[in-house]
Amino acid sequence: MQNNPWNKRDWSNHPDLIYPDYKSTILRNPQNPLKKLNNFNEIPGPKFESFSIRTIDSDLTLNAKKDHNPIGERIIVLGQVKDEFGKPVPNCLIEIWQANSAGRYVHREEIHDAPLDPNFLGAGMTLTDDNGNYKFTTIKPGSYPWGNHHNAWRPAHIHFSIFGRSFVDRLVTQMYFEGDPLFKYDPIFNSIPDKKAQNRLIAKFSIDKTVPEFAHAYVFNIVLRGRQATPMEV
Amino acid sequence: MKKNTFLQTSSQTVGPFFAYGLTAQQYRYDFPSLFNGNLRKNDIDGKEISIKGRVLDGKGNPLHDAMIEIWQADPQGNYNTDQNSDFLGFGRMGTGSDNFIGFNFLTYKPGKINDSSAPHINLTVFARGMLNHLFTRIYFSDEKNEIDEVFNQVDPLLRPRLIAEKVNEEEYYFDIILQGENETIFFDI
Repeated sequence: MQNNPWNKRDWSNHPDLIYPDYKSTILRNPQNPLKKLNNFNEIPGPKFESFSIRTIDSDLTLNAKKDHNPIGERIIVLGQVKDEFGKPVPNCLIEIWQANSAGRYVHREEIHDAPLDPNFLGAGMTLTDDNGNYKFTTIKPGSYPWGNHHNAWRPAHIHFSIFGRSFVDRLVTQMYFEGDPLFKYDPIFNSIPDKKAQNRLIAKFSIDKTVPEFAHAYVFNIVLRGRQATPMEV
Repeated sequence: MKKNTFLQTSSQTVGPFFAYGLTAQQYRYDFPSLFNGNLRKNDIDGKEISIKGRVLDGKGNPLHDAMIEIWQADPQGNYNTDQNSDFLGFGRMGTGSDNFIGFNFLTYKPGKINDSSAPHINLTVFARGMLNHLFTRIYFSDEKNEIDEVFNQVDPLLRPRLIAEKVNEEEYYFDIILQGENETIFFDI
């Protein structure tokens, strides 16, 4: 029997399942510990390299444009996806979604009284290149209020959904922006047990990647699980 | 064993507003979807089945803002990754676009991958209030599941929680219970 070769989720860098300050976690997660498995065959994952993703889908300033450019600060978000051993992950599907510059989501159930932008949807997707690099052009999202506690505001963020090389190598996360005053009040951000791990979700402004006369750039690198060359002994 | 040089990027919740990005067609937003709840293709030879169910919280209320992803082998037991199947085998659905608050995947019954596995579907759950996604598996009530290397590792009393009930020849039913008395078995994989 072949053992699963993928490193496990590193729980020192991921939130607890139930984090009571974020109230919705209380009833929506198991109370039993996750079931550990010993030997099991590797679970592969879908391959996305043959998917035809339009170039425009990595440019959120264009992919829903009707007659004007979307309102707000145009930014570039870019980075590299690699695994725990530093190996780049090519053909990795990255999907993002976000609020507009006023802090309003297109989602029909969003009730925050901020304007929609008819030229902005806030969704994008791309595949990483041979070196694991990706790039989106978008509008800097605004902060928005939510009902978790009195005067609760989410720090500005972009949602990321990332597929690695196996079904188990899956990540959904949020990217934040350097210097946001709301970090210390946000239970979702603070659910991450390690301060350094929190810091790694904060995209850093880069003058080198900033494009003159066009847009500021923010760098957000992503680390997925590593795959052991020889399957792990458990 | 190789040592890590870099640390895993932390997980965060999918939140309540994924629909227009990750499941746009299902929710009728104007954005392409790479996959949805219908995994069937014209040229696949196999038994068509549907798998329907809900995602329930600790009070038994169904979540209308959860997202489910499934990944399975084709009817002959081959994963798409092996490049000997044209069947992608991957599907994704939100639980809130229909009168039925849940999911209903249209797919094929997967084949056995090897001699130490019973037919099964890998499943991932995401939702507002879940800071990490959770993994489980769906087995079938009309298969010999005891031969399966993963099924076997679960306490015999709890194994029924991994099994979809056969409603009729084409339909199976599987509720995902996030918390409570019959809590679903989620794997630390």
